[in-house]
Amino acid sequence: MTLLRELLDSLRSFVATVGAVALFFVRVLGQIPRALLRPGLIVEQVYNAGALSLVIIMTCGLFVGMVLGLQGYDLLQRFGSEDALGTGSALALIKELGPVVTALLFAGRAGTALASEIGLMRATDQLAAMEMMAVDPFRRVVAPRFLGGCIAVPLLTMIFISIGIFGVQLIGVQQLGVDAAAFWSQMRASVDVSDVMEGVIKGCVFGVACSLIAVYEGYTATPTAEGVGRATTRTVVISAVLTLLLDYMLTAAML
Amino acid sequence: MALAQEPHIALPETAAIIEIRDVHYSVGNRAIFSGLNLSIPRGRITAIMGPSGTGKTTLLRLITGQIKPQRGQILFDGVDVTRLSVRDLYALRRRMGMLFQNGALLTDLDVFENVAFPLREHTKLPEALIRHIVLTKLQAVGLRGAARLMPAELSGGMARRVALARAMATDPDLLIYDEPFTGLDPISMGMIVRLVRQMHNALGITSIVVSHDVEELSQLADVGFIIAGGKVAAQGTFSQLKNAESEIVHQFVNGLADGPVPFHYPAPDYYEQLLA
Repeated sequence: MTLLRELLDSLRSFVATVGAVALFFVRVLGQIPRALLRPGLIVEQVYNAGALSLVIIMTCGLFVGMVLGLQGYDLLQRFGSEDALGTGSALALIKELGPVVTALLFAGRAGTALASEIGLMRATDQLAAMEMMAVDPFRRVVAPRFLGGCIAVPLLTMIFISIGIFGVQLIGVQQLGVDAAAFWSQMRASVDVSDVMEGVIKGCVFGVACSLIAVYEGYTATPTAEGVGRATTRTVVISAVLTLLLDYMLTAAML
Repeated sequence: MALAQEPHIALPETAAIIEIRDVHYSVGNRAIFSGLNLSIPRGRITAIMGPSGTGKTTLLRLITGQIKPQRGQILFDGVDVTRLSVRDLYALRRRMGMLFQNGALLTDLDVFENVAFPLREHTKLPEALIRHIVLTKLQAVGLRGAARLMPAELSGGMARRVALARAMATDPDLLIYDEPFTGLDPISMGMIVRLVRQMHNALGITSIVVSHDVEELSQLADVGFIIAGGKVAAQGTFSQLKNAESEIVHQFVNGLADGPVPFHYPAPDYYEQLLA
């Protein structure tokens, strides 16, 4: 009986949290038109969330590509079809690895920074001070950071994919000797615009999801050292789970 | 100034800028205020004092509309703060300036930009004019030379002076100070006392100072309220307060360890607990 009650309780609190996030999302969306009037603030956040994540995104993209080159070659040469390495790895990167790994890295690098920044602003009364100066923190703090993340993630995804394909080529063509002409021409022949669109759509959706989680967790964090720490952790965990869940749903919908 | 123009707010013929009428406020089962009545005179410095945990900061949050009472009215210039929509409340807040305990400066902006913040958010003044206003306000608090420092580089006293300059930037009618003396050395404390007085004399605005530093407040404030047990325990000038008959006021003003506010937090019997 107690087990059932506990299950029901946690189900209820889960539904309540989903509702709270949805209301928060609506409030952010409501402030976006006014936030767009101050493009400088958004550009600053694209820089914070995007440009500052470039190094980690590019490094990881390169390594993921190189591993894909090794594993892909090892798999394909068993069937004597190494030439398909370009197609296979490009599709894997564009449709799955690029968007998902970028979102996970973004949550770890930029999401945590967003959550702890907003949480600390709350803890040090900065948000209350803004409200007292008749400035809505949703417009001045939350909306620009949310938009900055939404813009940054698809861009980072594209960069990740490009560097990844370079990494595959580095190992597959330069080192293991796959024929360069076959590698590129097969890739160009079989990767469709719709495949690229799938990657772009996923990047956009993950960007919205990860940015929303980060600003929500930061804004609703308990204003103590412990509370901000917990909000940061939750940002990474929830973003990661949500990204993978959404990835499955989007893939199923688009295949 | 153009900032202060609010269509719905007519100035009534009253000496009080803030009237608190029969306010009840509780958090969970704990009643913080039960029937609080208080009126703050216009153009004076009013001190609000009381032992820790009596809800002094809560009172400020009620006055500024950050929280709403369960019952009662809070009138700012005759307008009931508790019934305003968010938009009207924000309009009203442009006439208030508030100094938070730790300054609450925006940590990603430097001192100059912090003071310029309310101007940039609410006005479309040309850059040259904003610069002029900010430098004037910083000069008034003696920190014009610190304009390009970041908040992290300031001492506690300096941060509070910058926050004061920021609160002054839009020339409010009412300035609220939340514990302005806490954690300051005597020099900084003296500076803040002098500044509050100066700002007040030069601009003729109403000030509310919340604190428990009776000594500093008696030099500074014109009138004082002592809040205890969810109600106003005493009010009047400082000489009146010092001679007040109420036991709790006597304990508070004279800083006694024991009295109606006990030294010991409620606990089971000492011997029984030790021997158990």
